[in-house]
Amino acid sequence: MKLNLKVWRQKGAATGGKFETYTVEANEHMSFLEMLDVLNEQLIAEQKEPVSFEHDCREGICGTCSMVINGHPHGPMKGTTTCQLHMRHFNDGETITIEPFRSNSFPVIKDLVVDRSSFDRIIQSGGYISVNTGQAQDGNAIPIEKDLASEAFDAATCIGCGACVAACPNASAMLFTSAKISHLNMMPQGEVEASQRVLNMVNQMDVEGFGACSNVTACEAECPKEISVKNIARVNREYFAASLASEKTSSK
Amino acid sequence: MNWFVRFLTSSIGKKLIMSLTGLFLCLFLVVHLAGNLQLLLDDGGEAFNIYAYMMTHNPLIKAVSYGTYFFIILHAIQGIILAIQNRKARSSRYAVTVTRTTGTNSFAARQMALLGSLILVFLGIHMGDFWWKMKSGQTSMVKYDSFELEVQNLYEKVEASFAVEWIVIFYVIAMIGLSFHLLHGFQSAFQTLGLNHKKYTPFIKALGKGFAIIIPALFALIPLYYMFVK
Ligand code: HEM
Ligand code: SF4
Ligand code: FES
Repeated sequence: MKLNLKVWRQKGAATGGKFETYTVEANEHMSFLEMLDVLNEQLIAEQKEPVSFEHDCREGICGTCSMVINGHPHGPMKGTTTCQLHMRHFNDGETITIEPFRSNSFPVIKDLVVDRSSFDRIIQSGGYISVNTGQAQDGNAIPIEKDLASEAFDAATCIGCGACVAACPNASAMLFTSAKISHLNMMPQGEVEASQRVLNMVNQMDVEGFGACSNVTACEAECPKEISVKNIARVNREYFAASLASEKTSSK
Repeated sequence: MNWFVRFLTSSIGKKLIMSLTGLFLCLFLVVHLAGNLQLLLDDGGEAFNIYAYMMTHNPLIKAVSYGTYFFIILHAIQGIILAIQNRKARSSRYAVTVTRTTGTNSFAARQMALLGSLILVFLGIHMGDFWWKMKSGQTSMVKYDSFELEVQNLYEKVEASFAVEWIVIFYVIAMIGLSFHLLHGFQSAFQTLGLNHKKYTPFIKALGKGFAIIIPALFALIPLYYMFVK
């Protein structure tokens, strides 16, 4: 299949970018990233600069393969990462627009590669539980009800890709932050530091300059892991409780 | 920073203000509509004018109405601040934008500030036309047997305004805007409050849709009735 690609090219964060158009001969069994590999082989053969894009696992678990394809972060298929998206979902002769995730909190490093360290700083502010290292605990030592475990697990499937930010008209990071807070706060191990966690992580999210949540739900619609906005409601109420009822304040 | 100020100025705190003021305004809409529906009675404005007198002279209702002005202003200012800040979070725009959402009206959800601004312009015109003219005594007085005092004839003013084509058209457009604002806003306010529940959310969403259609439709019915039926 022949494809016309409109790809965003940008040298660095400080410089502006623009679209370049390329044509590639792909086959429908390729993944989207393999199709981009073909493009880059072609560019290298022509002695041109290849398109920079991020990838690692290529199996939908690492969350690095960020790009916006025809307006959809991770492409038009629901619940799919770019690496798992196959070319059979596109038509022969189609023009595909490929852009980086756009958010001031995700500055472009090069072409389609953005800097998501703002997410790392949110995790560093509270996305962990404090335990002393030692013997691994027996798996069933703490009984957890099945539905609760499943809900926490669903939140924990967030791969930190940032598609929620990319999809949100406000570039809000509430889906990511709420998934990360929820999966810990729902568990007995995470409950210990629950109030401090929600205060710190929400504060860090605001410090990073992400927009506020308007409950548009574009995040849930585009999230490759289909993380639910129920987590956002949970974090809202836990933030109210932690701010108003607990004696804690954000540590920064 | 003081913990309480910090709470209210956080992204979630700002949304809490939007949600609480928004829900209060929803309640106000119901009360305001209930009163205004008396304009559809065929009594030469008697019930409506007496009601308007009661509303403007009862100290308790007066206090609530000052609260309402305050909440509308707070809601509008906070809404505009949020919209500006949210827009600033993305300075480079996408070449292609799509509008996929789950469980809300995508157009309404994305255009809350625009729809809100339309409502604000409407409120300016609406208050200028009725509230200001009543306050500054630009209405005539009328006396009914059923009420001991002479009251302002606001009904006459309503009749005059709703005979003007552009006013009627503008009212209907504004109510369509309000409808979309509520289509997203009503259910959104509960999500903001942290209420997203398997048992209650389907009911809230259904109620919100009904509210968003019925309330603005009944408001819009009044000018249309005056223009075309009366
Ligand atoms: C009677 C009039 C109004 C009613 C009943 C109303 C109701 C609501 C409700 C229930 C919400 C949802 C709050 C939430 O998501 O938590 C909302 C949001 C909003 N309203 Fe209003 N509103 C009214 C007038 C206005 C006006 C005059 C403006 C002026 C600009 C405005 C601007 C906004 C904005 C921007 C939002 C979205 C906030 C966000 O989610 O980021 N509204 N409104
Ligand atoms: S919530 Fe979904 S879209 Fe957002 S970072 Fe996690 S996996 Fe990616
Ligand atoms: S490359 Fe790891 S999720 Fe796509």
